[in-house]
Formats: sequence, structure tokens, C-alpha cells
Amino acid sequence: MADIFSATVIVATLSSGIRLAVPLLLASLGEAFGQRSGVLNLGVDGIMLLGAFGGYFTTLKTQSPWLGLAVGLGVGLVLGLLSSVISVSLLAEQGISGIGVYLFGLGMSDLLFQKLVGTPLPAASFQKSPIPLLSEIPVLGDLFFNHSIPIYLAFLAIPVSTVIINRTRFGMNIRAVGENPEAADSQGISVTRVRYAAVTIGGILAGAAGAVLAIGLGIFQQNLTNAQGFIAIALVYFGAWRPLGVMAGSLVYGMVSAVVLLLKTRGIIPLGASDLAAMIPAVITVLALVVAARRFRAPTALTKPFIRGG
Amino acid sequence: MSNRETSEAAVRRSRLGTHLLSYSVPALAVLGAFAIGAVMLAALGANPFTGFWAMAKGAFGSSGALVETALKSTPLLLVGVGITIAFRANVINIGGEGQMVAGALASTITALGMTDVPAWTALPLALGAGVAGGALWGAIPGTLKAYFGVNEILSTIMLNVVAVQAMNWLLRDPLIDPMEIERGTRIPQTARLPESTDLPLFVEGGRLHIGPVIAVAAAVLVYLLLWRTTSGYRLRAVGLSADAARYAGMSVERNVVWALTLSGAMSGLAGAILVLGSEGHRMVTDGSTIGFTGSAGFNGIVTALFGGLHPLWTIPSSFLFGGLLVGAIALQRAAQVPTALVLALNGLVVLFVVSLDRYRRQLKEREERSVPSIAAAGSEADESDSPPSGEDDDHG
Repeated sequence: MADIFSATVIVATLSSGIRLAVPLLLASLGEAFGQRSGVLNLGVDGIMLLGAFGGYFTTLKTQSPWLGLAVGLGVGLVLGLLSSVISVSLLAEQGISGIGVYLFGLGMSDLLFQKLVGTPLPAASFQKSPIPLLSEIPVLGDLFFNHSIPIYLAFLAIPVSTVIINRTRFGMNIRAVGENPEAADSQGISVTRVRYAAVTIGGILAGAAGAVLAIGLGIFQQNLTNAQGFIAIALVYFGAWRPLGVMAGSLVYGMVSAVVLLLKTRGIIPLGASDLAAMIPAVITVLALVVAARRFRAPTALTKPFIRGG
Repeated sequence: MSNRETSEAAVRRSRLGTHLLSYSVPALAVLGAFAIGAVMLAALGANPFTGFWAMAKGAFGSSGALVETALKSTPLLLVGVGITIAFRANVINIGGEGQMVAGALASTITALGMTDVPAWTALPLALGAGVAGGALWGAIPGTLKAYFGVNEILSTIMLNVVAVQAMNWLLRDPLIDPMEIERGTRIPQTARLPESTDLPLFVEGGRLHIGPVIAVAAAVLVYLLLWRTTSGYRLRAVGLSADAARYAGMSVERNVVWALTLSGAMSGLAGAILVLGSEGHRMVTDGSTIGFTGSAGFNGIVTALFGGLHPLWTIPSSFLFGGLLVGAIALQRAAQVPTALVLALNGLVVLFVVSLDRYRRQLKEREERSVPSIAAAGSEADESDSPPSGEDDDHG
């Protein structure tokens, strides 16, 4: 009982919380790009599932998790483009079209897994890459600087995204088409092109999120994500459409999951109670949605397809 | 004068064209999805024709198959009808999965508590609890949307997550079958529910229970509610134009809550029927919502869209999609193609329907803009007998 409060256990738990947060972080960061441009992509979970299968299968066959991650990114790119065609060019109702992508990804990833793999074989995973010097710091070193490279990259993507969205012309265009597409259009910005780019970035990051999830676990199974893609969408609201906010939300989720996992595996609380505890982040998110709805404003053109002169 | 007549004829013709198109959109969507499905079957090494034939036979080819199809269609129909109510009020309900689980849990708890109650009270109460549980799980996002400005897509999604965790907790701890603890197997499932809450069977020892009949009756009731009562008229009015409805003195907020409550009630009933009509007569979880619902909360969206968001058309639509799910099992046996194929095809149907839908609307708008004076003068009589947005009007 007492040993769960020892420093090693706490560090291990927090560090696993960081790992668990990464798929959510990548997926919700990508979704934030799309939403800032005015497109709600509800298909994230489907893209994650296909990215996860692609990443897992490639890793299984080539023993190279990096190649697996690349395939995950590629799958995300293709599905991101497909989502753009449907939402931006074909002006589909965004609250529904994403469910189509989700069902497609859910079914297709399961189909491919059963046909191509069948039994859940373990695949290679990423090696830990402790950062020299920094990882030597007691406690903090183990916590923050003793992870695999994709995890560092995911956290690096946060400041990079903040700079892209707030400080570059591309980011300005994304915000412009998300807030006032008519005005952006009259300024000569191609609403279509900017939204395609933003939604495709979202797809790539969702594919990466799935691949990191599957390769990190070293396995794939039906519905591997278990609705993480949907949670990622809610985290965008939770994080008020800002990369830093999105990161905070993902970390809360990851940490709570890690603590619940710890309590469960150590048998400290009954199995049932740990399920109850696993409910907490979802409830917090619903409450956060209420607060966010009052305090933060969604991009004005969110879910509204742009028709010139329409 | 003759000039005007020809233009009117042109308008009428174009309108006929768009009407035909609007009827054929769901059919085109399914055809498109099946064409892709055929390619997928071929890629998986199965002959598409024999594959689809095996599916059709497995779903509709015998009385046993039809019974299975009717049973599989039941949750799809109820969820689909619920989705229709929400969409008609311009509210997007992605929470069918969670509402099914909430209804099933409420129904299970009620049934477990009625050991010595005769069937004529126990069964209606257990079903009613399911309706109430689903309604509550719909009323929450409804209230959050109407009075707190929370996007209903987000809140319904998150409530799906809350519902599945609640299910896992309840079935692993407070509601677990005492036998599972005794034996130490700890499978997360309840004890067998009292026999008084079993859905009556049509043939003793058969599989067909009254669930499908309840679902069809619910669909007809929802049709009557939406098109034959003031309350339903208000729901649709709010859906067509919230501003206009508000101007006419209707409470948009109340109608949004009402729409999601009713929508959730339908899914809740679906969940209750899944439990009370299950072969084991108990509720089981594998840890995910899909494990319990079989994705009916999402597939119901497909049936609603294919049924043109009309409760009556959703009846044959759900039968078709229920048939797909049943046929998939035959397909798996005949051609070793996993049943997951159907889920992927359902996704494609959704994508085709929503993509074609906007295209159809745009087409119509463009036609109306190209003949402005006539459209303005000549269409008034035509439009007056149908609600403001003609293309959204019911199929039936």
C-alpha cells in the first residue's frame, strides 16, 4: 500500500500519463487546425484506426516502427484529403459526414486486420531515447526526458503549431477563412485551398496519432482507439482551439488514465471503482464544454461550408 | 404570355428533375457504396456476384433469415427514428450509442428489481425505464445546448464515453451476477433477468419476439407526432428556421430539449429491447459501447439518412440495413470475408448521401436563380402547400 507513494512509482505513473496523452494530443492538435479553418472533422477516430492499422501492419512486416509511423502519416494524408473533398468541395453536412469516415475506418481497419493478420501478433515498438544530460536530472529527467522520439516530436509540435497559427501568413489565412471566409475570399485568399491544407494537416496528425498508439502498444485489435478520436474533438473545445490548451486537456486525460491504470493493476481499489474513476475525465470534459461555451467563442464559420456569393 | 408559359414549364420540369434526383440520392448512394464493396470483395479474392448473392440469401432467403433480419433491424429502426426527430429539429444527435446504453441500464436495473411482479406490469415498466433512461441521456445535451450554448455534437459524443464507463462500472460491480463472484470468473454481466420481463415470443421456442413490432409502432407514432400534432409541427418549424419559429412565438430552447429528449427516448427503447430480447436475457459488456450496441447508435444514422429522414421510410430502410448485417454473416461463411465489411460499406453510404445531398440542393438553388422572376411569381402557389424549404420536405 505504502509503496505506491514512492518516488519511482509516482514518476513511472506520470511518465506513462505523458505517453498515454500523446495520441490524444496529436489528434486534437490536428483537429484544431481544421476547426480554426472552419471545418469540423468528426472522422478523426476512423482516421486514427486506419492509421493505427497501417502503422502496426507495416511495423509487423518490416520490423521498422519508423516506417510504420510513415505509413500512418500517409494513411492520414489520404483520408485527410478525402475528408477535405467531402467537407470543402462537396459542401457536405459536417456533423454527419465525419460519422461516415468513422464507420468506414472502424469497419475497414477491422476487415484488414482480420484478413491480413488475424491473430494479434506483437510488433516492434519505438526504443526509448533518453536525452543526454537532461535525462540525468533526478526525477524530472526520468519524467520528461526518457521517452521515445515520437513523444518528444509530439510535444515539439505544440509550440510549432502555436507559431504557425499565430505568426505565419498560412496561419493567418487559416484563421481568416475560419472567422470570415467572405472577407478572406475578397482579399484573394483561396478559402478552398486553405481549408484543404488545414483539414489535411488534421488528417496527417490523426493518422500519426493512430500509428503512435498502435506501435506504442505493439498490437492492433478491433476498435483499438475506443473513441479516443472523439475525445480528441472534445479536447479542441476544452483547449479553446489553442495548441497549448489542447495539450493541457490531453495531459489531464493521460494522467487520469495512468492513475486509474495504476490503481487497477495494483488492486488498490476494486475493479468497479476504477471504472468509475475512468469516467471522471469524460465528466470533466462535459463540464468544461459548458465553461468553454460561455468563455470562448468557436471560429465563427465552423461547420459552415463556403459558397462564393452564396 | 406564351413566353411565360414556357418558362413556367421549364421551372416545373427542372423541379421534377430535382425531385427525381432527391428520391434517387439515397439509392445512388447505396449503389455507389456497393460498387466500391464489389471492388473490395474482388480485392479480397471473392467473386462479388456470388458474394452479394450469398448476402441476399443469408438476409432474406428463408423465414429464419427474415426473423434474424427483423431482429437486427429493430435497434436500427428505433435509433433511426430518433435521429430523424433530432435532425428534423436541426439538432445533430451523435449520442445514439450512449442513449442506448443508458436506456439498457435503466431497463436492466428496473427488471432486476421486479422478481415477484407479473409480466403485464413488469414488462411495460422495464421497457418504460429504458425509454426514460434514454430520454434523460438525450435531455442532458438538449438542456446544455438550449440553455448553456454547448454544441450538441460534442456533448452527445462525450456522454457516449460517460455511458460506457458507467456501464462497465455497474456491470462489474453493483449489478454483477452473484454467480460470477462465487465462481470467481467475474464476467461483467448481470444475473438472468426475471422471466416476467422477457419480451414475448411469437412462436414458443422461436427467436422472433415482439421487439420489431414495438419498433414499427414507435415509427408510426413518431410519424403522427411530427406531422399530425402541433408539438411535432413546432419541432419541424424550429428545425426549418429557428428565427422564424421564435418570431412566431415558439420557444426554440424548449423544442431543442424536447427533440433531443424524444430522440434519446427512442434509442433508450432500442437499448431496452436489446437486453430484454437478448438470448441470455441479461446485460453483458465487453468494455466498449460497440460490444453492446453493435454500433447501432451510429448505423441508425445511416438508416435515417437512407430513409430520407422520414419515420415511415426508415422502416424499410432499417430492414435493408439490418439485412446487410445479417447477410454479412452468410458472406463470411461463403467467402471468408469478415463482417466488418458491412460497417465500412455503411460508412461509404453516409459519405455518398451527405456529399450528394448538398450537390442536389445546390443544383436546385442554381436552377431557381437562373429564372428569378418566374421562380418568384410562379412558385408561390407551389410553395405554399409545402414548408419553406421544399427540398427538406418529407418523402411520403
